[in-house]
Amino acid sequence: MKATLGWLWRGGVLGIIAFVIFGPLANLVLWAVAIQWYFPHKLPLTYGFRYWGEVFKPTSDAFASLGTSVLIAAITVLVCLLLAIPAGYALGRRSLPGRGLILLIILLPQAFPSVAVYLNIARLFYMVGLNGTIAGVVLVHAVHGLVIAVWIAAAAFAAVDVELELAARNMGASALRTTLTITLPLAAPGLMAAAIFVFLESLDEFTGTYFVGVPDVTTLPLMMFTASLGGNYQIAAITALILLVPSIAFMLLIERFLNTEMLAKVG
Amino acid sequence: MPARRPLSLLLVAPALAVVLALFVYPLGYSLVSAFTARDGQPSLDNFVKTFDLYTTDIVFTLVIVAVSTALTGLFAAAIGGYLVLGAHPAAVTLLKWLYRWPLFIPFIVAAQCMRTFLAKNGMLNNTLDTLGLVDVTSLSGLLDWRGIIVTFVWKETPFVALLVSGAMAALDRASIEAARNLGAGGMRILVEILLPQVTSVMTVGLILAFVTMLSVLSVPIMISGGSPTMITVDMAFRVNAYSDYGVANALGFVSYLIAGLGAWVYIRRNVRGKTEQ
Repeated sequence: MKATLGWLWRGGVLGIIAFVIFGPLANLVLWAVAIQWYFPHKLPLTYGFRYWGEVFKPTSDAFASLGTSVLIAAITVLVCLLLAIPAGYALGRRSLPGRGLILLIILLPQAFPSVAVYLNIARLFYMVGLNGTIAGVVLVHAVHGLVIAVWIAAAAFAAVDVELELAARNMGASALRTTLTITLPLAAPGLMAAAIFVFLESLDEFTGTYFVGVPDVTTLPLMMFTASLGGNYQIAAITALILLVPSIAFMLLIERFLNTEMLAKVG
Repeated sequence: MPARRPLSLLLVAPALAVVLALFVYPLGYSLVSAFTARDGQPSLDNFVKTFDLYTTDIVFTLVIVAVSTALTGLFAAAIGGYLVLGAHPAAVTLLKWLYRWPLFIPFIVAAQCMRTFLAKNGMLNNTLDTLGLVDVTSLSGLLDWRGIIVTFVWKETPFVALLVSGAMAALDRASIEAARNLGAGGMRILVEILLPQVTSVMTVGLILAFVTMLSVLSVPIMISGGSPTMITVDMAFRVNAYSDYGVANALGFVSYLIAGLGAWVYIRRNVRGKTEQ
């Protein structure tokens, strides 16, 4: 009897948690397949995929902004890795004067409320003609992505076994060859995780793009925002679902890339 | 190998330069601009105007962020505690699978979800109405300050809970078992044994959550557009509607101060912790 009551109580609490977590998502999915839905009806009056056709039409705004988003995210990953791999190597493996200060500066973008910084970047970009350009948006995303990229890259390089590198050097491999054939491949899973993080962060970024991208660069989050504020809930819900796909896929992948051993070294 | 230090510096230089040019410089620019009048003279005019127009919103922001952070800490502690102490493996596994979901959901998507979920005709009200707990026609939605808090807590709890439960799992099980043998209940073990040992991780997580809440523009705009609103929305409005960078930057300075307050609490705690040891 007591055990049954216990499970009833546990089931109740877990049920409420599940409702709180999945309820908002379920509401989003409902809007994505609703054609007509207004107060006081608790469920949509008619269902269908008409709005999906509108979103995925090759000439639609949503389709264009999806392309822009993916392009920006891909370039941001490239820029971040080019900057973070050498920096992470130096921070993770080599002696570095002022290491603490350098790390602090690179971590700054995560430590300050960013809205005021973004609006001043937009003001500066406006003077040099970077406002409303893909390059401008990439730069803004890259600064924020660098925090996580350098952090993970440093941890990944620190986790590489020095003995293996020494063995390669003993057998006559040059420093460059050792780096390319031993160190980089061993750090690759960590770097891959960093790349995925940066890609997702760029794909989902809103505030920086809102200030720097307008009016010419419309990414998926901006387009979703406009649709939502315009009361176009179906379009907003479908775009939101598109944004969710990579995030959920990443959640299922993350445990493969980030093992606990590496996470322990990140701190 | 001190002789090779220049190479190390060369390796970090590009990343450092990008952060300095695109974050530190604009940050400095915003500070200078906050204390400069329209005619270019140093002055406090922007702050006079800011407090004239936005005192309510500053208080509103402080309350929302403080309440959200406190609730996030509370839920994170409860989740972490149950994951470590829970006696039923099935319930622990289920909770572990459940609680992480919002962590990977972008803020802008979370805001859109909540915009429909918490609305007058949203799924929350409709479900409560179907269960017979409330009458939906007499309810208004939660799309105001409460909605902002719900969204922030929903989005930030998994992150802090992940950090806290990780730290709790790494603790020595012996003290937990000892307390249990002496007859301490789960709640007492959580409050008196687990939480005191993970305060530093909890504080770091909560400060990161706190700063994130002060940085998110989409949630306050999408959940509650009206007045009073959060200062992030006011900053965007000052710039977009009036090109008034002075007041926008003064509000930015206020947001740095609020974030600094959080960091100060952290440092104070740490210093006190050190002297007590």
